[in-house]
Amino acid sequence: MSSAADSSADFHRISLYVKNEPGVLARVAMVFSRRGYNIESLVVSPAAKASYSRMTITSSGDPTILEQMIKQLAKLIDVVHAIDHTGDEAYETEIALIKLTCESEERAEILQVVEHFGAKVVDFTRDSLVVRVYGSSEKLDAIRNLLAKFEITEIVRSGKILMARGRATT
Amino acid sequence: MDSKIPTGAEQLIRSLEAEGVEYIFGLSGGAAIPIFDALVDSPIRLILTRHEQGAAHMADGYARASGRPGVVLVTSGPGATNTVTGLLTAHMDSVPMVVITGQCVTSMLGKDGFQEADVTSITYAVVKHSYLVRASEDIPRLTREAFHIAATGRPGPVLIDIPKDISQGPCDAPLTREIDLPGYSIPDRASSETLDQAAELLSRAKRPVLLIGHGVVIAEASEAVTRLAEKMGAPMVTTLLGKGGTDETHPLHLGMLGMHGTAYANKATDAADLIMSIGSRWDDRITGKLDEFCLGARKIHVDIDPSEFNKMVEPDVCIEGDARLVVEDLLPLVEPSDTREWQARVQAWRKKYPLKYRKQGGLRAQHVLDRLDSITQGRAILSTDVGQHQMWAAQFCRTTQSKNWLSSGGAGTMGFGLPAAIGAAFARPDDDCWAIVGDGGFQMTQAELATAAIHNLRVKCLIINNNYLGMVRQWQELFFENRLSGVDLEGNPDFVKLAQAYGIKAFRIKRPGDVDRILSQADAYDEGPCVVVAEVVKEDNVFPFIPAGATLSDMIIEKPTVKLAKPTGST
Repeated sequence: MSSAADSSADFHRISLYVKNEPGVLARVAMVFSRRGYNIESLVVSPAAKASYSRMTITSSGDPTILEQMIKQLAKLIDVVHAIDHTGDEAYETEIALIKLTCESEERAEILQVVEHFGAKVVDFTRDSLVVRVYGSSEKLDAIRNLLAKFEITEIVRSGKILMARGRATT
Repeated sequence: MDSKIPTGAEQLIRSLEAEGVEYIFGLSGGAAIPIFDALVDSPIRLILTRHEQGAAHMADGYARASGRPGVVLVTSGPGATNTVTGLLTAHMDSVPMVVITGQCVTSMLGKDGFQEADVTSITYAVVKHSYLVRASEDIPRLTREAFHIAATGRPGPVLIDIPKDISQGPCDAPLTREIDLPGYSIPDRASSETLDQAAELLSRAKRPVLLIGHGVVIAEASEAVTRLAEKMGAPMVTTLLGKGGTDETHPLHLGMLGMHGTAYANKATDAADLIMSIGSRWDDRITGKLDEFCLGARKIHVDIDPSEFNKMVEPDVCIEGDARLVVEDLLPLVEPSDTREWQARVQAWRKKYPLKYRKQGGLRAQHVLDRLDSITQGRAILSTDVGQHQMWAAQFCRTTQSKNWLSSGGAGTMGFGLPAAIGAAFARPDDDCWAIVGDGGFQMTQAELATAAIHNLRVKCLIINNNYLGMVRQWQELFFENRLSGVDLEGNPDFVKLAQAYGIKAFRIKRPGDVDRILSQADAYDEGPCVVVAEVVKEDNVFPFIPAGATLSDMIIEKPTVKLAKPTGST
């Protein structure tokens, strides 16, 4: 995962619509690794139509070969289409779970931050709590930065998912 | 009527019959026994090779010489991994192949079963597509898809991995023409807008060059491209794999360009004001240093695979489509400029910088190949290995017809020449077929002499023997102060005796004076395969030569007297 401050600025955002066949993920991953691209996040989920899947990938790498990468992805037989959403207006969101170890006197301040971000505490014990927050990757970075002064023990982020606006294809 | 349900293996073989498969090249093994068993009752002929790499190159040679997919059948584990070099070779050169591998039973997958290899994973990077079959009923459809993918669009190898329980199990599914490939499409005809843009550039060009790639051969575009060249008065240059795409003896044809191309092909390309690549991928052997490649020329790129566009050069116009259809569509749109002055310039280069070699001081490979060109007169299929002999053959043996030149271009696979020639001889039994190989590459797949002997094929194997890995020796001489390392093939056998041990007729050429007589004897020999060993001078270099990473204008035409800098480009 990226450092807190830069989670989306330099990343390419690619959506793939694929046939749900064994090996399709390995083939896709190889297109990235062969060209020195680092996959920052990858979300695979069932598509509306049975036997198809969606992949949303954010990755970093040489922008001059992005066009070539998209074509290589589209060329894979199991990939129905590959779309580069870098710089377009697609709606994006992400979920993060953040576990904190805390003393009881710290809780009030933590809960203030949680409330401000419209986040929710989903697990609460004597000395720990788990915060669930969703929204843009920038928002997730911001809450993480504000909570950094407390003892964060774990963070799990879902990775970015996105959908093209209007009638455009994702 | 027999109501017995067929096995997966039986439906596989019936599917192959329905695809029109005549030959399968392969080597048996435990996990593939059910498939070999089903072959017993089939009209398809199994050609048993001595090594799986040989089988893969034979299927490749069969495909290149016929245009139809070559088929390989091997077992799991090492049987399958031995085809990997053959898959790479076919993948790099866009050759249609279907490779069927046995696999251990489904319940043992991932458990390190005997002769288990995760061959689909191992081969992801060297196939157009692949399947691990998980249900016997899928076999007819997947086989149909495999042939469709291998042979259409930009061709390539497809692998089908079949666990033994799947080939042995009952297969209810009938043979089918149905495919389910929503992510695979073949381009339609090019848009009229793109064609108009290209036609305008072609019409305006004063110094045009047509760059003939493998796509011209694959698309059978010879006639259309030749008509365009004639209409425009445009010189043609060819890549290594484009040889034969148009007739190299045509007055407008300048032969091969690039690293070891003719001086006049390179000079013409360098001076052109327009280059249209038809089915080539602007390989680094052609362009040299990309930043300085033909800066003064507008570029048009015709390719069936859009991922080739803007990969190496940035063309002015890219046309996605089949080479023949695109050129046929362009022909009526082009209103050419007067190129007579340009043609005269090009012909002057041809006169001033001919291919040449020394005829004194021992037997030279160039002499042997120059004479082979005269004796075979473009009739024969030529299949080469990789190295100096390959470049000399590319220079001196002018290919007049599509599918008569078989050579491992992209992968540069040593060991390709002999088995590919054998595959071609099965595809076209009425044509002569010469394998032109070096002593290094020949020894990598020489066991297939047995295959040629058993089937009494009209394969003639010309071994250019200099007892060196000559191309690397040339680089070491020119760029590494002649510090020879790993190139001396001391201990070579007597290749004449080796051929005779297989019962194969063998000839030896020792002196320049032997060349015509012995080549003619070998050419006329029609009782089966033969081997011709040309004992050439040990140290000779391929010129012209553009060092890797240099530009067309840096071409070295003769051996330099000053020390050269080490090349910056890859190999």
